[in-house]
Amino acid sequence: MNLKETFAFLEERPAKDCPAYNCPAGHLVNLMQALRDQHGYSMLVDMTAVDEGPGQTPRFIAVYHLFNLESFEYLRIASACEGDESAPEIPTVSHIWAGADWHERECYDMFGIRFKGHPDLRRILMWDEYPYYPLRKEFPLAGFDMDFQAADVAERTGVRIQPAPMAGGPFVSGDEGPMSEKEPRAKDQSWREQHKKPGGSGPA
Amino acid sequence: MPESREISIGDVESQAATLQSEKMTLNVGPSHPTTHGVLRLLVELEGDIMTKVTPVIGYLHRGDEKIAENMTYNQFVPYTDRLDYLGPLANNVAYAIAVEKLAGIEVPARCQAIRVICTELARISSHLLGLGVFGMDTGAWTPFMYCFTEREKLMDLFEELTGARFTNSYTRIGGVTRDIPEGWTGRVIEALNSMQRTLKEVDTLLTRNRIFYDRCVGVGIIAKEDAISYGLTGPNLRGSGIPLDLRKDKPYSGYENYDFDVPVGKTGDCYDRFLVRMEEVHQSIRIVMQAIEKLPDGPWYAEDAKKIFAPPKDKVLTSMEELIQNFMIVTQGPQIPAGEVYFEAENPKGALGFYVVSRGGGVPYRLKIRAPSFCNLSILPKILPGLMLTDVTTVLGSLDFVMGECDR
Amino acid sequence: MTTATEQDVGYNSKIEGNVIFSSADAIINWVRSNSVWPMPMGLACCAIELMGVGASKFDIARFGMEVMRFSPRQSDCMIVAGTVTYKMAEAVRRIYDQMAEPKWVVAMGACASSGGMYRSYAVLQGVDRILPVDVYISGCPPRPEALIDGMLRLQEKIRTEKSMWQIKAGRPNPEKLPTGPR
Ligand code: SF4
Repeated sequence: MNLKETFAFLEERPAKDCPAYNCPAGHLVNLMQALRDQHGYSMLVDMTAVDEGPGQTPRFIAVYHLFNLESFEYLRIASACEGDESAPEIPTVSHIWAGADWHERECYDMFGIRFKGHPDLRRILMWDEYPYYPLRKEFPLAGFDMDFQAADVAERTGVRIQPAPMAGGPFVSGDEGPMSEKEPRAKDQSWREQHKKPGGSGPA
Repeated sequence: MPESREISIGDVESQAATLQSEKMTLNVGPSHPTTHGVLRLLVELEGDIMTKVTPVIGYLHRGDEKIAENMTYNQFVPYTDRLDYLGPLANNVAYAIAVEKLAGIEVPARCQAIRVICTELARISSHLLGLGVFGMDTGAWTPFMYCFTEREKLMDLFEELTGARFTNSYTRIGGVTRDIPEGWTGRVIEALNSMQRTLKEVDTLLTRNRIFYDRCVGVGIIAKEDAISYGLTGPNLRGSGIPLDLRKDKPYSGYENYDFDVPVGKTGDCYDRFLVRMEEVHQSIRIVMQAIEKLPDGPWYAEDAKKIFAPPKDKVLTSMEELIQNFMIVTQGPQIPAGEVYFEAENPKGALGFYVVSRGGGVPYRLKIRAPSFCNLSILPKILPGLMLTDVTTVLGSLDFVMGECDR
Repeated sequence: MTTATEQDVGYNSKIEGNVIFSSADAIINWVRSNSVWPMPMGLACCAIELMGVGASKFDIARFGMEVMRFSPRQSDCMIVAGTVTYKMAEAVRRIYDQMAEPKWVVAMGACASSGGMYRSYAVLQGVDRILPVDVYISGCPPRPEALIDGMLRLQEKIRTEKSMWQIKAGRPNPEKLPTGPR
């Protein structure tokens, strides 16, 4: 069965493991509803996003993995988020699958994608006041220097949220350039002896 | 937590008359014996009945997915250990297969069989802990001790196989770290045989135990539709009567060659989930026995995966080509072609999925971990309201989750 | 094992009658060190080894430390077993504050000691940034034997403390906190 015949707006997406399609964000909800009700994809097993990197359009791609409980087939639907880089948007599917609720919250937490119509879009893994979106490509693994979230604990102990030291590895040597010129080093080079620690200004 | 002081029952004297309709918010966790780690629940109580439950997770969010984008595929293997740290061997296998699918490698039959043995032993050790702790949650201490005694035997076997008790990091992309040691399979059979006796005792201690029975039957019922809608997997899904088992329905690593049954529950209550786990241990033992009996000879890693699997040490130390190959893999990582893949394996806790996006090279561009515990826990706000506060222990115990993989 | 009992409170009722001469410190410390009630701050993978230590094979009851209490009020040694994230750090510190004096902290495993293999934006790089740690145990996870060894070292440490002075002065253990961020 080729889904493209039924849904003309779909666009095939290269994949080795399972059928995969790109879907415009505007059609996403209708498509998902139909896939669940008429095509047997009754389970949303996973929902996530991919960041294509700063400056790319579209920058954030939401990726859904559906599972068919009758034919035991996976299906991947990818949908580019609308809106500009700082506030990407996509409609929610949490009314179709209750499980999407948490997945979407996680995506919001990690990428800052806003899910239109989500009943309770809050951070889920980081604490509520956390200002950054860690899985965006420009965010360094080490994190940024900022105040500890509980002021009284910070005052008593002097603890701060500090960039983690990357000096100990793990080391990777890059893909470009001749072998002789690539010393293996930590991928996150946001701070070293030469560079200062990333400072604690506002959200990225 | 500021909320931990919110336990306000008000001014008792002035409100004594209205106390019955007083709603109270109680904070369970993030450090609480029933929450098996660092789960936190905000519970709204009316008397002893819960009216609203809000789980708060993320207390063990360690940034695994971000870490994965900063290291080679092989360097990430140890991090998969620490997802579901009750059965790390199974996580290793799931991760390795996901990346192998992307690279288009087939591992030889012996490697597949070794991986099956590992996964099933991991399942047994995870379920043993799950059952023991579930018993403890409902007030039975002895089964916990019995289960742990058996688990320790498995730990010794793991240690012999991999060098570590439970942070094993045993698989590599394209193989395993080393072949199984001489005589190991015999000791596995011995341990499993002695385990059968213990399982029987745990069974007699718990299954028909009046207290245990009364606390579990009819508690925390998950309807079929809900289970699907929330994306539950593993024993929790099967407890609700849906016979989905990826080992049977979407076989990987040669699971189609083994003969085993998939137990399913009827009503989807805590008792059903307990029974499913109990039976799964027996089925896993069956699979391990078959796998050991049929264990094929031959290579235990994909020999043609030159740019992906680091060759064995003896070859690295004696031959130039292998030395260079080893060096490239260690510094640059296994070279995986561009593309994306999603693979789910049937892990002790449910379907552990890896969505790997590669742009070529040795470092993943994006790696998403689909954690079964994450999905399994998302159903809590649905099933807990209406139950008594004491049932939280039972329901959480029966869901058998791990925060390490829930929060990642 | 020669304990402080035999050395410092050496006592034979046949010779000395029912009176013991000893320093107050020796007695107080002997009592404290042999009834450590740990508070298992089980956060991650290390907690599984902590359970293993409490369970049948390794059986920490042999050393008088099996009374694991989840209530900070009832316990006097916090075993921080696992990765302390920034989100959790606040709770860990608040629980520590609720523990009654005298209290000790054991950092179990690489994560609790230094952040371990988790160098990332979410993880506190060592619990000693928020708590005064008495014993660090290496390993990822430490073997149960290593934890037991660490606990025995904690006992040794307790036996050398100046407990009487603290009681007289009516003050808690001087805060051994690190000063400010490092
Ligand atoms: S030290 Fe290792 S085993 Fe212990 S919590 Fe950290 S990662 Fe887990």
